[in-house]
Amino acid sequence: MKKWNLVIDVAQCFNCNACTMACHDEYFGNEFPGVAAEMPRLGHRWIEIRQRESGAFPVVEVSYLPVTCNHCDNPPCLKAARDGAVVKRADGIVIIVPEKAKGQRQLVEACPYGAIWWNEEKQLPQAWPFDAHLLDAGWTQTRGAQVCPTRAMRTLHVADDEMQRIVREEKLSVLHPEYGTKPRVYYRNLDRWTRVFVAGSLAGEIGGVTECVEGARVTLEKDGAKLAEAASDAYGDFRFVGLEEASGAYRLRIADGRFQAKTLEVALGKSAVLGTIMLEQRPAA
Amino acid sequence: MSLGALKFSALLFGMLKMLRHKARKHPAFAKRLAQRNFTAQIRTFDGGVGRYFSFHDGRIESRSGLHPDPQITISIASAELGARLFTPWVQQLERIEAMKNFDFKAEGPDELVVWFTQTLAMMQTAGLEYGTAMPDGTQRFVSNTNGGPLFVYVKDGRIVRLTPIEFGEDDAAPWTIKARGKSFTPPRKTSVAPHTLCSKSTVYSPHRLLYPMKRVDFDPKGERNPRNRGVSGYVRISWDEALDIVAGEIKRVKTEHGQGAIIANHGSHHTWGNIGYYISAAYKFFNAIGTTRVIHNPDSWEGWYWGAMHHYGYSMRLGQTETYSLVEDLMKEAEMVVFWSADPECTSGSYSAFEGTPRRQWLKDLGIEIVHIDPYYNHTAALLGGKWFAPKPGTDTAMALAIAWVWITERTYDKKYVAERSVGFDVWRDYILGKEDGVPKTPEWQEPETGIAAKDVRALARRWASKKTYLGAGGWGNGHGGACRSATGIQWARALACLLAMQGMGRPGVNFGHLQWGTPIDLHFYFPGYADGGISGDIENTGMPISLYQRMPQLPTFNPSTQKVPRLRIPEAILEGKTEGYPWNGKTIEGQFQKFSYPAPGHSPIRMFYKYGGASIGTMSETNRYVKAYRSENLEFVVNQSIWFEGEAKFADVILPACTQFERWDISEFGGTGGYALHGQTQMNHRIVLMQHKCIDPLGESKSDYQIFLELANRLGLGVYYSEGMNELDWVKRLFDASDLPKHISWQEFLKKGYFVVPAPSEERRDPPALRWFYEGRKKDVPEPHPLPGDYGKQYLEGLQTQSGKFEFECSSLKRFDPDDPERPPIVKYLPSWEGLQTKGLVERYPLQMISPHSRFSYHTLSDGKESAVNDIEEHRVRIDGYYYWVMRINSEDAKARGIKQHDLVRVFNDRGAVVCAAQLTERLPRGTVHSYESSAVYDPMGEPGNSVDRGGCINQLTPKRSIAAKVTGTAVNSCLVEIELWDGSGELRPAAQAASA
Repeated sequence: MKKWNLVIDVAQCFNCNACTMACHDEYFGNEFPGVAAEMPRLGHRWIEIRQRESGAFPVVEVSYLPVTCNHCDNPPCLKAARDGAVVKRADGIVIIVPEKAKGQRQLVEACPYGAIWWNEEKQLPQAWPFDAHLLDAGWTQTRGAQVCPTRAMRTLHVADDEMQRIVREEKLSVLHPEYGTKPRVYYRNLDRWTRVFVAGSLAGEIGGVTECVEGARVTLEKDGAKLAEAASDAYGDFRFVGLEEASGAYRLRIADGRFQAKTLEVALGKSAVLGTIMLEQRPAA
Repeated sequence: MSLGALKFSALLFGMLKMLRHKARKHPAFAKRLAQRNFTAQIRTFDGGVGRYFSFHDGRIESRSGLHPDPQITISIASAELGARLFTPWVQQLERIEAMKNFDFKAEGPDELVVWFTQTLAMMQTAGLEYGTAMPDGTQRFVSNTNGGPLFVYVKDGRIVRLTPIEFGEDDAAPWTIKARGKSFTPPRKTSVAPHTLCSKSTVYSPHRLLYPMKRVDFDPKGERNPRNRGVSGYVRISWDEALDIVAGEIKRVKTEHGQGAIIANHGSHHTWGNIGYYISAAYKFFNAIGTTRVIHNPDSWEGWYWGAMHHYGYSMRLGQTETYSLVEDLMKEAEMVVFWSADPECTSGSYSAFEGTPRRQWLKDLGIEIVHIDPYYNHTAALLGGKWFAPKPGTDTAMALAIAWVWITERTYDKKYVAERSVGFDVWRDYILGKEDGVPKTPEWQEPETGIAAKDVRALARRWASKKTYLGAGGWGNGHGGACRSATGIQWARALACLLAMQGMGRPGVNFGHLQWGTPIDLHFYFPGYADGGISGDIENTGMPISLYQRMPQLPTFNPSTQKVPRLRIPEAILEGKTEGYPWNGKTIEGQFQKFSYPAPGHSPIRMFYKYGGASIGTMSETNRYVKAYRSENLEFVVNQSIWFEGEAKFADVILPACTQFERWDISEFGGTGGYALHGQTQMNHRIVLMQHKCIDPLGESKSDYQIFLELANRLGLGVYYSEGMNELDWVKRLFDASDLPKHISWQEFLKKGYFVVPAPSEERRDPPALRWFYEGRKKDVPEPHPLPGDYGKQYLEGLQTQSGKFEFECSSLKRFDPDDPERPPIVKYLPSWEGLQTKGLVERYPLQMISPHSRFSYHTLSDGKESAVNDIEEHRVRIDGYYYWVMRINSEDAKARGIKQHDLVRVFNDRGAVVCAAQLTERLPRGTVHSYESSAVYDPMGEPGNSVDRGGCINQLTPKRSIAAKVTGTAVNSCLVEIELWDGSGELRPAAQAASA
């Protein structure tokens, strides 16, 4: 049977908040019995975009992670719920039933993703219900997916085995698979959020002036093995992305016919911005 | 009886039948008829034909002939004319002609005349169906906003949801661009900006003004207490009382003080719609009563208008070049795009939501290189990636000159183009090489100034010269915003124009742009933009004479007052009684040289302020000035017509509550600007014309601006003149008829469906690329009706608007105006900012350079504050201890040096004031530069207004009032030195600030 899934491309999210605003528009001032009570005017972000900066001036990467209810197939909130306050629908959607969940603050604590919000006035735990009332009425995508200008958010209505094929093909991942919650919200390019980079800029004296060194071969090694190779660009810049945070010692080898070879040791914590690396001229032959 | 008399008599009789028929059929119309008890007479001048209509509790008694004592009389010169004018959906031109020639007159109270004529017109619209019934019980209407069109779902009179417009099967197919073996087609729907998606929260904001109010200690007949403005509270009053006070004050100040005593001003933008826009409804009213005109500065153009224009003309685009078909040219030809002070992913081309976003995503598919030059690692850079350069604010020109130095010394510019299409290059080249002042403008020379390494500038210059490169300047690609709004804005825009000319502006793959303007849509379908004047009748100050007037004849309006005040100098005009400025006048290059002074000869000083909205404190410069001006005794009366209770609306004596565009009728196009932004629709992926349904009734007692102006006009005997006897829906129909819509869609269908997608032209019918004609030395061949014919030097349509008809590296117009102006010499030179790192005496105390671009999540002040949904976006405001603070971005090292941590509350200050913000630590800025959006809607002084710390977030209290240059009137808000420290909770300004502000 076909079930609902959400796919978010971290590389295409630029924090425009259209999905967040559309979500607010749908639930603020409206209530949908059995699906959602009204969202408060302020204070709730059922789709929340988290921000991360990586690197240091002048080499910085910014990534954004929209976080919402994961509609887990193994939902911790369901286990924590009393009196049928949380329902797992056959189509995959998890609903905190507003009529039954009053006072059940433990649901907020139960979600390891921080995606359940406490409505103080209504004494109600609330989360994004996957716009279930709209999908039930024939909508084919969620409000957030509809307004996403970069198509970073997609609604997929497919059978589970088909979804797993897409997961493999598009290299999708979920947040904290180690929790064992089996989310139905998948992320593409999650590396942008989790991984770090090493960057530098090569310069050297050419014709008596300091110039950017273009076309130098830069190799990245770990434990003596070559991991990656890159050529410096017109500005002498090189960048190795997708490295694991705090992954320890790396070696960078820089080779260019015009200059002496250079080797740098980098201990990687967060992203490392090495700044301008001056290359020494080759001694005259 | 003549044939005309027979026909006119029959028409009047038919009118009676129709009134009764409509009342039977439509309860709402019957209700309308019961609103007034009076007698209306329609007659020919000679009384040969006549009929009167007596309304009594909804019943109509009517007889042929003349009534002895009618309350109102509408008279027509002849029966023949009457027959023509009373045939439904009359020719507007004939109607206007008859009014103009006094052949069609009305007597009696305006209020009754307008009610009667509006009622007659309503017979055409009564019972018309509009909107689409949805399965969930909602009715789907259509509206349009500054951030894109919307489907508006309404149930039980309340808005349920707002969504973009997804096109149906029957809507026109989009265009496809084929480039480098791939095909690119935009999505078949409209996009929506976040500041529009939050509209439900602003429409139903607790800050809405729901009834008229009067300041508690304001008595128009006694003590007015002007110094209590901004402090005293308000009391609810009736509409009648409010309108009587305002109309009474209009009459009083005019008769007591004379012409010019009323100043009228509006924000830069309004809620969307060609009828309700300020350039329409407000202009007509302000012209009709006679007001001191506020001359807005071209605040999005500044450096382009005052500077770049002198090199190539384009005065009617305020110094920005034409953009036709540049999306296709860039995609097919360009190899690199340099985004310079350009963040289209933040400001979305002002009105175009996210229309350009999917197009820029294609850059990657096309393998086009990207460079960003901006002190802030902006949102476009964060999304698209590419090489980033962060010059110190205000120094970009030095970097540009060094690029020119590399091209000159390495001979990598388009020498043929420069020789054949430009003049004055030798003079500028000599300056660049240092022959004029002994200082070659080398990459090494610019390095200490900009902070950009010489090697990097050389690398960029070489890369640029070796590739066909688009220069994407500002938010529109051909300018707009950013660095042009700074002390060095003029030289920056000029330098960029010169760089592009050196590479052959107009050559395939070489132009201004970054895919924001220039989509291949049909520009030959006529629908006017909001700047084309709407119902204003204003043929002097809108785009009406070249666009709408011939299509929609209407009664013209002229402002009898010739007194003018620059918007940036309103406080000086009020507080000091004199000021001066240079105008925003794009008709010719020389328009900007016409200096004006306040007071104008023989005019009254300003005594009454009619303000539309409350944005000044958040959006002007050194804005404590405006607060002080409002509290001055020189202003005898202040009225503010506003949707929300915020900003300077809290400084009015009487507040008139206006409604949003969701609560009134209107008609418009997505991003249809017209005027100085002609063909701005090419920012959109589709041309889409919208019926703006009255989706819900006005909240509380609020009214549409049109209705408020009409009711004031009625009290001044101007109601018939103001309205031409029509209501808003009648005007909408009139604009519909004036456009090309009727050739494609019926009024009934348009009213019901709510939108029309204009089909894209076939590939062969696309407009030629901008400036290709100039590059190839041909006659101008793009659909741009300017420059004025008389502005061509030799042959009509040949060459540019400049004196030589060529690109002028040395500007003839500046030589004619003032060749010795050190701030604006005939060739562009580098002059350090007057508020920058070289400003001795200031930089020691205020070492941080603050840039303050337009907000990403609020359209100016339109979506900020108001307890709207955007307040919960951490990039916009941060909630600390229950209060939503404005955000100040600061490099993490600068923060550390001041003991500031993430989201600490900080005091941002200089001699002009102090604002409390939430600090956001970032690597997206170099040390020494801080970044905060402007346009806070909230002004929340912690003590005496205008003389205390603000925690609302109006950082424009800190920006300089000084004009970019002495002989222009332009804002330089991006040149601003501040210091930042942890906030100690105090609401008091420091002695230095108090002294400066005294």
